[in-house]
Amino acid sequence: MLKLDKLVKTYKTGDQALKAVDIEIPKGQVLALIGPSGAGKSTLIRCINRLVEPTSGQVYLNDVELTCLSTSALRRERRRMGMIFQEYALIERLTVMENVLSGRLGYVGFWRSFLRKFPQSDVDEAYRLLDRVGLAEMADKRADELSGGQRQRVGICRALIQNPALLLVDEPTASLDPKTSRQIMRLICELCQERNLAAIINIHDVALAQMFVQRVVGLRFGAVQFDGPPENLTPEVLTMIYGEEDWEATIEKIEDEDEADLL
Amino acid sequence: MSLDNFNVQTKLGQPWKRPPFIQKKLLRWTIIFGIIAYLIAAYLSVDVNWSRVYEGLERGKKFVLAFTNPDFTSRSSDIWSGMIESIIMTVTSSVVGIGISIPIALGAARNVAPLPIYLICRGIIAISRALQEIIVAILLVAIFGFGPLAGFLTLSFATIGFLSKLLAEDIESMDKVQAEAIKASGAKWTQWINYGVQPQVMPRLIGLSIYRVDINFRESAILGLVGAGGIGATLNTAFDRYEYDTAAAILLIIIGIVMALEYISGIIRARVQ
Repeated sequence: MLKLDKLVKTYKTGDQALKAVDIEIPKGQVLALIGPSGAGKSTLIRCINRLVEPTSGQVYLNDVELTCLSTSALRRERRRMGMIFQEYALIERLTVMENVLSGRLGYVGFWRSFLRKFPQSDVDEAYRLLDRVGLAEMADKRADELSGGQRQRVGICRALIQNPALLLVDEPTASLDPKTSRQIMRLICELCQERNLAAIINIHDVALAQMFVQRVVGLRFGAVQFDGPPENLTPEVLTMIYGEEDWEATIEKIEDEDEADLL
Repeated sequence: MSLDNFNVQTKLGQPWKRPPFIQKKLLRWTIIFGIIAYLIAAYLSVDVNWSRVYEGLERGKKFVLAFTNPDFTSRSSDIWSGMIESIIMTVTSSVVGIGISIPIALGAARNVAPLPIYLICRGIIAISRALQEIIVAILLVAIFGFGPLAGFLTLSFATIGFLSKLLAEDIESMDKVQAEAIKASGAKWTQWINYGVQPQVMPRLIGLSIYRVDINFRESAILGLVGAGGIGATLNTAFDRYEYDTAAAILLIIIGIVMALEYISGIIRARVQ
């Protein structure tokens, strides 16, 4: 479904953020990308939808090679990749509804979007999604009136209304409290399952990642250090990714997490 | 952790002072004394003719006293038509100026526009800002003749420099991630501006626009002095005829209108935040 082939990103400053990364993700798989700050996690995600231009290598989304696409073809492919951001990245002065509908911008013309006259099916879908994440009554509120967890759920709706095949999720829980973090992660993973979406989730919190995903990739200095199921994240592996530290407390948390099921 | 030759022991018991902005002692004191010496010399060179000041005080007193007895009536039709002309100049030039400023501001923001367009737009702004209103007005009066057309064009031109520059700076300092999120959805450039950029800079645009209307009105009172129409022409005539009471009436009206604009702009800015 998504295939990264020797993806390299070297910044103008000479920093090599990604060193020939190869990853292949089948349809419907949720993958957590872990690694220390500066390991290239954000760069990797942004190289896929080309918010950051990769230096070399290929990215295939359903057999379409993304790195050499023209601007308009890239816009078309971006519709198939929903993105969820660390600080939510909602347009704060727009309403919740406008924020969700902005996910449809790739599908509607300028004047329709300018006049906020989106097709009825888009509006209906926006309401359905907002209802799914429990925010339907908030549709007319301004985005900056919402709490962090609510904003992130709006961000999720905005990504999903694109009708994507792939979700790119950049630190979805970094600015949330532990409980909300779990709710958000659970929501993302459930939605991916419902819609059979593949997802790459950048995440700092190793325990949280282990709780929810089927596969973990560990990145260090722009290179893949680990690729496997979350159970295989032993202290040795974590040391390999992050450096020396006492890992027992981080890993043990997995066991006691079954009480909190669905929302 | 510290440098090799850094020994904490030598620092203990010593008072700490903020390192000076200019490190070299000699250079620092030379600059300070140089500035003081220049200031003294500059003030001494200002030539004051005290007998002339004494004479002028009398005229100044008359002028100030006129404010206690402003004459709104004897030239009321002149004042009225001048005021209408000023308001028309203000409104039309603000609308045209702001309308032109917005695309130029977009072009002059480095994070939105490519380099060639950026340079062109920055050039336009620089020209508009370099030429002072009065100079532009004199030139335009020479081209289009006396009257409000020259004033209207002057103010439109000046608005572009002012508004484009400040709006472009606001666009450059916007939150990048919000705009990135719109881009990631596959939006076109125009949609990206409309959804990702515009909401972020709208309060600033509105605030600046109202402020510019205010400035344009005040400028329209000045431009009359060089023949570019508006209330300034009436004011100039009143001064020429030593009709300080009429001049006082005009100034009071200008002050009143500026204060009213200030009040309205405060309300609007509070609402758009």
